[in-house]
Amino acid sequence: MTEYSEQILTSPPTKEKAERIRLVWLILIPLLAVLSQVYVPRFVPFLSYLELPLLITLHFALSRRGPTAAVFYGMTIGLVQDSLSHQPIGMFGIVKTLVGYFAASVSLRFDVENPVVTFILAYFFYFFHQFFYWVLARALLGEAMLFDVQQTLIFGLLNAIVALALFRVLDKLKVA
Amino acid sequence: MDFFLSRYRNLTVLVIVIVAQLVLIAYQVKTNHDVPLIRVWAVTAVTPVEQVLEVVRRYTWGFVEDYFVLLNVKGQNDRLKRENGDLKLENHYLKSELSTADRARSLAVFQTHSQSKTVAARVIGNGTGANSKVVFVDRGSASGVESGMAVITPDGIVGKVVDAYPTASLVMLVADPTFAAGVISQKNHVHGTLKGQGHAECLVDYVQNEEPVDVGEWFYTSGDDRIFPRGFPVGQVRAVRNGKVFKEIYITPSGMQGGVDEVLVVLDGVHQEIPDGQAPSPDYKILALPSNPTAGAPAQPEPSTPPSFLATDADRLRQQYKQAGTEQNHVFGEGVPGSKPPDFTKIPGIRGSNTNGSPSASATAPNPGATAGTPPSQQVPPKPPVAKPADAATAPAKPKAAPPRVQPPPAPVESDDAGSEEPKPPAATNP
Repeated sequence: MTEYSEQILTSPPTKEKAERIRLVWLILIPLLAVLSQVYVPRFVPFLSYLELPLLITLHFALSRRGPTAAVFYGMTIGLVQDSLSHQPIGMFGIVKTLVGYFAASVSLRFDVENPVVTFILAYFFYFFHQFFYWVLARALLGEAMLFDVQQTLIFGLLNAIVALALFRVLDKLKVA
Repeated sequence: MDFFLSRYRNLTVLVIVIVAQLVLIAYQVKTNHDVPLIRVWAVTAVTPVEQVLEVVRRYTWGFVEDYFVLLNVKGQNDRLKRENGDLKLENHYLKSELSTADRARSLAVFQTHSQSKTVAARVIGNGTGANSKVVFVDRGSASGVESGMAVITPDGIVGKVVDAYPTASLVMLVADPTFAAGVISQKNHVHGTLKGQGHAECLVDYVQNEEPVDVGEWFYTSGDDRIFPRGFPVGQVRAVRNGKVFKEIYITPSGMQGGVDEVLVVLDGVHQEIPDGQAPSPDYKILALPSNPTAGAPAQPEPSTPPSFLATDADRLRQQYKQAGTEQNHVFGEGVPGSKPPDFTKIPGIRGSNTNGSPSASATAPNPGATAGTPPSQQVPPKPPVAKPADAATAPAKPKAAPPRVQPPPAPVESDDAGSEEPKPPAATNP
């Protein structure tokens, strides 16, 4: 058996394993994010301010730098979120679709590896997410939702801080 | 077109995805229908993981939590005991508040229905005297309260205002030894003076020993003292006994029952009627008449037997005379002097008495026992007594016709009970 043949025999399993890991990562991480949003506040109510599905979408869009993939990724997570809520399906889907698209577009122009840029983007996109959801709820559903700017800014700050740590952990998992 | 799609591929995808979701939302809003498929998928994907997490949490974190909970049981137990004590105190306080609210409501109802003009007041403190029974109420001259006004509750009188200050008043309670008020009993309207004794019971003084006052009888204000309007309840008689001159009547003031918290100060009193008392039921039991041993036999009417209400000998004698007059068509009281009197010798009882020759026997002849034991026809009539001269003085004036000679009735006729209503035979008539 030559060296070349050994490479042929060993390479495909490695690639298959990597694909499997990527697939699990793509499915399992968003699922855990949605799950944590549903399950964790039952026991730790103050963690309900965390918008982990948004942060996961943001991380995916910034790291993949592909707007189309980010659009579908955000849409999928958003639709799952809608499915577990009382709202018509599509509200979170549209918002996260836009977040994924714009985040991926931004990542093409800026160095998103910089923690400061990551912090600012997370802060901005959280505010954008909440504000656009409020707009859609008023425009499409006619709901008289309240938009507390001050609270949204504070929660955006907290989500941005969590995003810094979360993105670092996810980057290490991806590399591993 | 291909150029556009290739150049703006990302944007095209975004627009398509957004539009698709907008259509989805529009469909749901328009038709008010859900998209169950997506929800079922999402819920089916999420809930099993959630169940697993819950089981893991229960057997891991729950176990740890239980461990720490057990460690903290003693402290928690102490805390619960303290909370229990606090809750008991709070419960007691709330019950007290509820009772206060009930009293206040009854006070308001009484105030509404009373004809007298009153103002509600709350007792805010006690007096400092050792034996005096005075309290402060939170209404003073600013509210129209003046010294000498009556203080009542719906249950009865409480006291009177002895000092009125701008924001408070001093009220002397009925239990104060120097308190006095005019009272009147409900049943016999016996007047007296209520006096405080320094304790829960009060004395009604100046009631003659001959006046009838029963235990349990109610006393009301008489209005004589010009402080308490007439007709307010005072209390119920607890004990009565005769004294040297006056009765000693002890009553329990009804207005002081259960303490005094809220009262009414009578600003403008209106006299009321004393409520009519119900006749007290006797303390003894009235039994039914014993059954006749010969109840099975048909009842035999006895026309000569006097009615049951003729309880005295005089009644029975009068009945006999009346019967004799009826048999001889004589009406007592209508005969003029000189007319023929009825023949009283035909009365069996009197004839029996005459046979015996003893005047005293005439009184014993209509003895119920003897009458019941022997038929009237078999009894010996008593002898009528001879008219006395003294009786002639009381005889009526001489009539034009021949005056009848009326035999005087036997001795029992002269009793007080005889002839009170029915015309009785004249004692003597001079021709």
